[in-house]
Amino acid sequence: MKDIDERFQKNRDRTVPLREELRPRTVTTPDGQEILIEPLKDYFCEAAPKVHPKAYFQIVENFYNWARANSLWILGFGTGCGAIEMRPLMTPRFDAYRYGVQWRPTPRQANLLIISGYLSVKTLKRAIRAYEQMQGPKYVIGLGSCTINGGMYWDSYNTIKRLDAYLPVDLYIAGCMPRPEALLAGFMELKKLIRAGKAEGANKYAENFATYKAAQKSVIKDWDMPDYNW
Amino acid sequence: MRDLHANLKTRHALGPFEPRRANLGFVTVPAERLRGLLTELRDVHGFTHLVLLTAVDWMEDGLFQLTYLMNDRAGDRTLGVRVMLNRDEAVGEDMHDLWPTAATYQRELKEMFGIDFPGSPRVDEEFILEGWTDLPPYRRDFDSLAYSQQTYAERPGRVTHDPRAHMKSKLYPEG
Repeated sequence: MKDIDERFQKNRDRTVPLREELRPRTVTTPDGQEILIEPLKDYFCEAAPKVHPKAYFQIVENFYNWARANSLWILGFGTGCGAIEMRPLMTPRFDAYRYGVQWRPTPRQANLLIISGYLSVKTLKRAIRAYEQMQGPKYVIGLGSCTINGGMYWDSYNTIKRLDAYLPVDLYIAGCMPRPEALLAGFMELKKLIRAGKAEGANKYAENFATYKAAQKSVIKDWDMPDYNW
Repeated sequence: MRDLHANLKTRHALGPFEPRRANLGFVTVPAERLRGLLTELRDVHGFTHLVLLTAVDWMEDGLFQLTYLMNDRAGDRTLGVRVMLNRDEAVGEDMHDLWPTAATYQRELKEMFGIDFPGSPRVDEEFILEGWTDLPPYRRDFDSLAYSQQTYAERPGRVTHDPRAHMKSKLYPEG
């Protein structure tokens, strides 16, 4: 790309105030007590994610990785147009279930997040929430050129251009859109990575947590959730 | 359509009629006459359906153009009513009491163009964007490419080829 265009200067000073219902405040209970309420702290654990240590014996770790590789449970969270390519995989024609890949309805039940196409800033916020709620070991696949370098949304005012700046990506599947066969190949590739112990995205996220948070907060101006919500 | 225009022209100070097809035409009306015209079109002439309300940014002229596209189903005709607003203090008239759907369009115009519609329900709330801090993005002085370069992380190495030159070099490498 060309150098950054400086003739137009974006507004860097304005901030978005926290929504009123999320601000800390004092309330009086029915029996007359005064209590302090902080909605962003009261309902969430504040502990940052931790790096998951490897097993002491390599052979045990290899066994774990073999087991992890054979249970890829995908969070059914479709962003952008790529989600339409995941549907045929659930049908008898492509049948991803024979590889131990299946789709789950909630983040708590899944360990693979597929970002299936462009992510607007609004969706990025939900994707971060979903990713942080998933239980480790967890993996992220970026699907399509939009997650790699912006794709056709390279000059959009509201979509991110590079997913791995905001979430740890273990594998990209290129294409616009990649066919279901490409997705199957991608799942096989991810399995190889997991078995080789190279799909360490969740640990990378925990190690570089501050960097990821700074990048996320630089684009999500109305940050109205705790720093780590799980 | 021409009969209708001739009928309304003097009473509503309409501009010249701009036909597009036999059953589609556009007309410009001064902002203060808009409500009277729309009400008469809806109640007397059968234009009961507001198809859309949209805006055009005429930045060089310092104007916003609102287009109320109205449809008469029984008569199979569509009329676009245009209003010009001052771009610096863009305030349109709230029409949600004529068509409730206008409120949604007006919220969108407030967010994307910064045209205010005082009195329209929830017009100051966010519509699609969340936490937007810059110029309304559909304004033409908002540079989308520059904004995205200054805001979003970029992967180096992306190149753009001129299709003509690229295919020429592929197909005829000798020149």
